[in-house]
Amino acid sequence: MSEIKTFTVSIYTENNIGLLNRISAIFQRRKINIESLNTSMSEIEGVSRFVIVINVTEEQIKKIIGQLEKQVEVIKAFYHTDEQTIFLETCLFKIKSDLLFEERQIQNIIKESNAQIVTVNKEFFVLEKAGRRSEIELLYRELSAFGIMQFVRSGRIAVTKDEMKISTMLAEFAE
Amino acid sequence: METQTIKLQATDSQATERITGKEAIIRCLLAEGVDTIYGYPGGAIMPVYDELYKYQDQINHILTRHEQGATHAAQGYARVSGRVGVAIATSGPGATNLITGIADAQIDSTPMVCITGQVASHLLGSDAFQETDIIGISTPVTKWNCQVTKASEIPEVIAKAFYIARSGRPGPVLIDITKDAQFEEFDFKYKKCTAIRSYKPVPQLNLDEVAAAAKIINAAKKPLIVWGQGVILGKAEEEFKNVVEKSGIPAAWTILGASAIPTDHPLNVGMVGMHGNYAPNMLTNECDVLIAIGMRFDDRVTGDLNTYAKQAQVIHFEIDPAEVNKNVTADVAVLGNSKESLAALLPLLEEKSHTEWHQRFKDMYTIEYDKIINDDIHPTKEGLTMGEVLEGINTVTKGEAVIVSDVGQHQMIACRYAKFNKSKSNITSGGLGTMGFALPAAIGAQMGAPDRPVVAIIGDGGYQMTIQELGTIFQTKVPVKIVVLNNDFLGMVRQWQQLFFDRRYASTEMVNPDFVAIAKGYFIDAQKVTKREELAGAIETMLASDGPYFLEVKVEKEDNVFPMIPSGASVSDIRLE
Repeated sequence: MSEIKTFTVSIYTENNIGLLNRISAIFQRRKINIESLNTSMSEIEGVSRFVIVINVTEEQIKKIIGQLEKQVEVIKAFYHTDEQTIFLETCLFKIKSDLLFEERQIQNIIKESNAQIVTVNKEFFVLEKAGRRSEIELLYRELSAFGIMQFVRSGRIAVTKDEMKISTMLAEFAE
Repeated sequence: METQTIKLQATDSQATERITGKEAIIRCLLAEGVDTIYGYPGGAIMPVYDELYKYQDQINHILTRHEQGATHAAQGYARVSGRVGVAIATSGPGATNLITGIADAQIDSTPMVCITGQVASHLLGSDAFQETDIIGISTPVTKWNCQVTKASEIPEVIAKAFYIARSGRPGPVLIDITKDAQFEEFDFKYKKCTAIRSYKPVPQLNLDEVAAAAKIINAAKKPLIVWGQGVILGKAEEEFKNVVEKSGIPAAWTILGASAIPTDHPLNVGMVGMHGNYAPNMLTNECDVLIAIGMRFDDRVTGDLNTYAKQAQVIHFEIDPAEVNKNVTADVAVLGNSKESLAALLPLLEEKSHTEWHQRFKDMYTIEYDKIINDDIHPTKEGLTMGEVLEGINTVTKGEAVIVSDVGQHQMIACRYAKFNKSKSNITSGGLGTMGFALPAAIGAQMGAPDRPVVAIIGDGGYQMTIQELGTIFQTKVPVKIVVLNNDFLGMVRQWQQLFFDRRYASTEMVNPDFVAIAKGYFIDAQKVTKREELAGAIETMLASDGPYFLEVKVEKEDNVFPMIPSGASVSDIRLE
């Protein structure tokens, strides 16, 4: 029985309506929980990229990649371990403005965590932090002692350390 | 066909013409060579039906009595003809009723295009009358699907649909078209789809893999071939036969692979799987090389994967990369179309006979014959057996018939004992195991092969699931022969209850109606046989009749189908009693 690990799945697709449903169904019918999901444009015009994080065995991920690539509108799917990627998440904290001025400690936390203030008004200020999950969680714990009005975290985005040969592949597809 | 070719030339051009979406749909179908559609009208698809009225001299629309019947008929048509089956339905319940047939087509790799009407685009998402999210519902059971809300999208989407349905590993596609798109006018031109950037239907054949496979096969002492429907779908029957004959390797088939080579071919050693033959199942766990061709190691074939062919090197010829190493790890995988792969393999194979190894199959067949087959097809006990009915049909049809079977005991008996001389002769629901499949599928099969006798073998349970299609048979006069093997039980479930649930026959005994009266109510010639001496004559009468015919055979209530591999057991744990 192989070990369960965290894998980042990158799926290059045509930008078509309904594809998210088709892709999520592949995970759903195998009872695999999606830890994080992000979709966006990719480096190639007209091609979308899904970045999905799941915890499975290597044997499972290989089969999932096969099922993903089988979808008509999926151009190519890849999987990587954390070691093979540069990845981060981003988050927003909404915090009462009073705290920013009254709690000196908060200013220190913001400075030390490399978080950015996005906006400030009389009622609240918004803090943005991008980084590894552990960094975001640390910041959350530190700020929660003072009270967080709202918090939201994005899905993981990732690029590989090695070259992703998707453009070459697309050229081959075109032949 | 000539008319269609002319039409295709007329539409597959750069010239544009201003027409409505509904007319475009029909023009696209004609351009794809569609001559028969199975369907059922309703509010959201009415514009298309209105157009069909105009084109009825070019497209034959078959009004089934239920949308499920339309999909199964389209499947039967596709499986026998090798062409794309087409089914249409309205929105909401019409669309949802297609789902069983679509799921069946998906798992059995049947090329099918389904077109559903949808509420007008401004009503989408408003829970309008007969609105349902058929794209969402059908996503897990289609090879591809797409909703069209503008008439201008129709040609490209239909062209893609046919290309995707029929290419590579075939499958069902669903197109949902809103009612306003059907009425909208646009500048129509049609171009067949020949490529999609993200879709590579057939993997590039790697000759190194072929050579590696040949090397292992040539060195094998006890090789076994298991072939599936991939041989038929790849139109590789001739290449396959050449490989089998040159290599001299015993070849066994999965349920959907049946008929790719004739039943009586000396190297055909029978069916694998839960109710397959004794020798190929047992010897799967003894062979030194297992050559899987166009099959997907379904659990009904492999039984317990932990014990399946563990001693063997496995070579997998497969078109779908996702099937390789999915259930059974392959030592060598040859990706590609079976026709090309097997043609490339043939010259690399050494001529062999494997005489001693063949003798093992023959010895085991003798054991199976003495313990099971003889009693099944030449019974001496009083009650009629399903096996003797199949043997009676074989006698008259001489293996030339298309046998369409439903799901249950009779299906296993039909697949075990029917003789197949021609490819595409065994039409059954393999992967989904859909009761109710056979009656409508037989309608489509007969239309797909009008010159061949088509015999539907159905149990009393499955028959009643789509019995309303007798109306379609009556109206179209399609000369399908229907044989109901009636044991007044859901026989396969009862068999399992007997063997594994302490004979607790929970809800499996059926009180059945007068089937002959029902058939006659639809003006279909019919008779019922209860005695052995009546059987041969009844089968002859049925097959000699020009039109549709219904034959009910009362068979033993509690006969079981053996051999049997209990669910989850090893293939070598196969039971003969």
